[in-house]
Amino acid sequence: MVTQQEAGPRTVPGPALPRPHARRNAAYPYGLYLPAAVVYLVIFLVPTAMAFYFALTRWTLFDSTFVGLDNFRDFFAEQNLRAGFANTLVYAVLTSGLKVVFGLLLGVLLTSRLRLRGFLRSVVFFPVLVSTVAVGITFSALLRPDTGLVDKTLAVVGIDGPDWLGDAGTALLSVALVDVWKGVGLATVIYIAGIMSIPRDYYQAVAVDGGGAWHRFRHVTLPLSWPATYSVIILSLIGGLRSFDLIWTMTRGGPGFTSDTIASIIYKQYQAGFFGLSTAGNVILFVVVTAVVVPLNRFLAKRQVTS
Amino acid sequence: MRALKRFGAEGIALLGAAVVFLVPFSFMLLTAVKDPLQSADLDFSWPNEWRAVQNLLEVIEARDYVLLRAYLNSTILTVVSVTLIVLFAAMAAFVLQRRAGRIGSLANFLVLAGLIIPPAIVPTIWLLQAIGLFKTLPGLILIEVAFHLSFAVLLFRAFVAAIPRELDEAAQIDGCTGLALFFRVIFPLLRPVTVTVIVTSSVAVFNDFVNPLYFLPGDDNATVQVTLYNFQSQYSTQWNLLFMDIVLITIPPLLLFIFFNRKIVAGMTAGAIKG
Repeated sequence: MVTQQEAGPRTVPGPALPRPHARRNAAYPYGLYLPAAVVYLVIFLVPTAMAFYFALTRWTLFDSTFVGLDNFRDFFAEQNLRAGFANTLVYAVLTSGLKVVFGLLLGVLLTSRLRLRGFLRSVVFFPVLVSTVAVGITFSALLRPDTGLVDKTLAVVGIDGPDWLGDAGTALLSVALVDVWKGVGLATVIYIAGIMSIPRDYYQAVAVDGGGAWHRFRHVTLPLSWPATYSVIILSLIGGLRSFDLIWTMTRGGPGFTSDTIASIIYKQYQAGFFGLSTAGNVILFVVVTAVVVPLNRFLAKRQVTS
Repeated sequence: MRALKRFGAEGIALLGAAVVFLVPFSFMLLTAVKDPLQSADLDFSWPNEWRAVQNLLEVIEARDYVLLRAYLNSTILTVVSVTLIVLFAAMAAFVLQRRAGRIGSLANFLVLAGLIIPPAIVPTIWLLQAIGLFKTLPGLILIEVAFHLSFAVLLFRAFVAAIPRELDEAAQIDGCTGLALFFRVIFPLLRPVTVTVIVTSSVAVFNDFVNPLYFLPGDDNATVQVTLYNFQSQYSTQWNLLFMDIVLITIPPLLLFIFFNRKIVAGMTAGAIKG
C-alpha cells in the first residue's frame, strides 16, 4: 500500500522530492518542543544558572554585592550548617535503603497467591497519595512521648519509649521512618511490576531442581528484579536528598539543629533574609545530588547490563 | 493443614498492614470529630462526644472562610497546571522519541537534568519578581509546570515508543504532519498514559506544600496545604480543627485513588520500568 502510493508522483516530472529522511523528520517538527522548552528554560534553567552567580554575592533580591566564596565558607564554618550536610546524606541513604528492603519484601508478598492481595496493595499504596504535611502532622501526634500511640503501645510490653522527635539522637531517624512509611507504597508498586515481568519458566526450573521458596527468592526474584531495585534506589535517593516538607512539618530541623538538612537550611536562611547564603545552600545541594546520583546511576546501569 | 497454614499467614499479613497503615488514618478521623479538650490529649481513644458537623463548620468558617478560597485556588492551580503539563510533555515526548539528532540528545539530557537537579529557589523568586509573577497564581502555575515536566515526558516517551511508526507514515500519506499528526493520530492513542500523568501530577500539584510556601505566600492566595498552618501556633493548637482540615484535604486524593487505583498502578509501573 504505502510503496504504491509513494511511487505515484515520482513518475511525474517536476521539482525533486525532498529526501525521504528529511521528509520523515518534517512530520516531527521541533516546534512541538517549543511550549515545554520555553517554560522549562525561563522558569527552571535561568534561575539554576543564576544561582551560581548569586551564591557568590550578598544579596537582597534587588542589590547584590560580589563577595566571592564567603557564603560557602560561612556554610561550612558554622557547625549547624555542616551538620545539615551530614544529615542530608544519612537521611537519603537510610530512607532509600529501607525502601529497597521493605519494598522488595512487600513486593514479594503482594505478588504471592494471597487472597487479600488486591486490598493490601491498595492499603500500602494509599499513603503515597496523601499530602506529606498531613502525614507529618499525624505522625508527630502519634510519636509524642507518653500520650502518643507508639509510646503507649511500647509501654504495654514494658518498654519506656523515647521522645522520638524531641530527642536529638532519634529525631532524624524518626522522620526517616515516617518517610519510609509514606513512600514504601511506590517502591512496592515498582517491585510488583518488576517481579511480575519475570518469566514463569525460571521458577519452574528451580522447582525441577528441587529448590524451595528461599531458592526461588535468592536465585530468581532477587537478581531478576534488579531493574526495579535500580529505579527504587535512584528515585528515593533523589527524593531523600531534596527532602524538606516532612522534616519541616515534624521537627523544623530541631531539636536544636540536629535534624536540619540542606533543604531546611535553605528555607531558614531564606526566611532570615540571607538570600545569598540560601542560594549557596542551593548550589551545595545541587552539587551533592549530582555527585551522588550521576555516578551511582552510571554504576547501576552498568550492573544492569551485565546481570 | 496447609490451607490452615496459609490462612494464618494471610491473617498475619492483613493484621500487620492494618496496624501499620490503617491506624494512622483512623487516628486522623477520630481526632477530627473530638471536642477541643479531648483532642488535645492526642491519644488513640474513642471520642466522648461526636462533633463532626460542628468541627466541619468551624474549619470552614475559620479566618473568614479561608479554606473555601484555598480550595478554589488549589483547584484552579491543579486543573490549569495539569492541563499544561499533559499537553507540553506529550508533544515534547513525541518528537523526542521519534526524532534523533543533536537537538534530541540535548533535550534528553535536559529531561534527566530536570529530574535530578533541585530547583534554585531564591533565584526563581527573583526571576518571577522580574517578570511580575511573584505571589500570583499564574506564577505558581508556571512553576508547577516547569518542575513536573520531566517526569511526565519520561512517562509519555516510554509509551510513544510502543506506537508503531507505520501509523505516522500512513497519516503522512493522508497529508497529516506536525501538529495535525500529533493531535489527530498520536494524542488520542496516548490516553492510557495520559490518565496516569493526570493522576500523578494532579496529586503532586494538589499536595504540594513547598512551592506555595515559597512562591505564593499570604492568606488571600492560600492553597489547601498551607491552610494546615492556620490551626497551629506556637502556644495553642486547635487539634480537632487541624485534623478536620487534614481529613478535608485528603478527600480529593482519596477520590482519585478510588476511581483510578488500577490505572495509576499499571501506568506507573509501565513508565518506571521501561523508562
